[in-house]
Amino acid sequence: MGRSIPGPVRLALALAVIAACLAVYAVGARAAELSFPKLTGRVVDAAGILTPDQRGTLEAKLKAYEDKTSDQVVVATVPNLQGTSVEDYANRLFRDWKIGQAKTNNGVLLLVAPSERKVRIEVGYGLEGALTDALSRVIIAGAITPRFKTGDYFGGLDAGVDGILSILAGDAQEWQRKPQVRTDEVDPAQVALFIGLFLIVLFVAWRMNRTGGSAGGGRRGGRGGLGRRGGIVILPGPGSGGWGGGFSDGGSSGGFGGGFSGGGGSSGGGGASGDW
Amino acid sequence: MIAMLNAGGLRRTSGAARLLGMLTLILAATGLSGCGAINQVPTLQEQAKSSWSEVQNQYQRRADLIPNLVETVKGYAQQEKDVLIGVTEARAKASSVKVDASTVSDPQKFKEYQDAQNQLSGALGRLLVTVEKYPDLKSNQNFLALQSQLEGTENRIAVARRDYITAVQAYNTEVRTIPGRWIAAVLYPDAKPMETFTATPNADRPPNVKF
Repeated sequence: MGRSIPGPVRLALALAVIAACLAVYAVGARAAELSFPKLTGRVVDAAGILTPDQRGTLEAKLKAYEDKTSDQVVVATVPNLQGTSVEDYANRLFRDWKIGQAKTNNGVLLLVAPSERKVRIEVGYGLEGALTDALSRVIIAGAITPRFKTGDYFGGLDAGVDGILSILAGDAQEWQRKPQVRTDEVDPAQVALFIGLFLIVLFVAWRMNRTGGSAGGGRRGGRGGLGRRGGIVILPGPGSGGWGGGFSDGGSSGGFGGGFSGGGGSSGGGGASGDW
Repeated sequence: MIAMLNAGGLRRTSGAARLLGMLTLILAATGLSGCGAINQVPTLQEQAKSSWSEVQNQYQRRADLIPNLVETVKGYAQQEKDVLIGVTEARAKASSVKVDASTVSDPQKFKEYQDAQNQLSGALGRLLVTVEKYPDLKSNQNFLALQSQLEGTENRIAVARRDYITAVQAYNTEVRTIPGRWIAAVLYPDAKPMETFTATPNADRPPNVKF
């Protein structure tokens, strides 16, 4: 029977099977994923536990801080965790929103799930050293959950944001030299050293090349001057690679409320969680 | 393309023919790399490898926390010798498993590593349950800090494992399905499929064992 099917029909059948497989695959892949609220601003109140005024207060605080330091701190409330743990949800949400600048991963997410009574501070890679797990836990246990217990969501979030910002600010002062190292400015002494080293390497390579070339017959050639040059060497300018680019990836966080977006940061699961 | 490669590369032909073969090869290579196909295998391989280093890194971080944790608990709960020894031994065993880049493509070595780490997770879980009986210890600042670090590390392990699984999935799919499989066979003969974590209950969550 199979043999009697003509070629074009068989091809169509095969294509149909492939298409069906792809469709199943796509549905399956989507079903396993969580759905996240849109990142509409620095405070995303998808659970609806804040008044517009309260949201505005938090937004203003977070924006002022980001303008100063480029650290992105985002507060999110979600109606539910869709069956996963608060740690898992927070990490995926953090990565979905790409909080923090792409180069420095300096983002923090404060996530609240009122129906599960869970809260988490998820810290981006770049801020793990400042806002450690232990400090995150102190903020949650000391500032956030006591107020949540009395039903004061705004009070808890406000105190939590204050705690996060004060720890980050303390770090910023302590680490004042760090941003200088990270910027595009290059120390002239370093450049000189770099060029010097490069020239030495170049010279050695040239010598080896020369002696190697003339040693075809046997002995080392005499110590010739720098007279002849083999080819053209393009010097890579210092600073043109790695550190360039700056914050351009994350520069899009301009407007108040509208136009806010994550800068491309990621998190590896730092931070702490709590419940009330 | 393969036929051409053979014709151009292996047979000793005149200079012109060889040049033609080389040109074809270069053209094919640039054409393929233009659409990213030719670099896909090593790119995904590197991603999987770096995810693997992150997994190892986080497991190491956990191992580094343990001596301090054991010392702190000892001060308050000396009579819980068995549990403490269990943790110390599990840590020693996990640290003794040698891991290198080849671990990920060796099912047996990989399983050994995973089992040792799971055992350590279990021992740590028992320790944390035991600690519940000692209110003094639970209010000790040093212990609280260690506990939150340990929780954070367990969570980082979970994330690193998840990232590794995703990266290996992409890589394995590439080296097992058609264009990638051919490309790997011709250009990257060392690109073997990698092992991945099997889901074990309790392994991707912070230790929370109940008796």
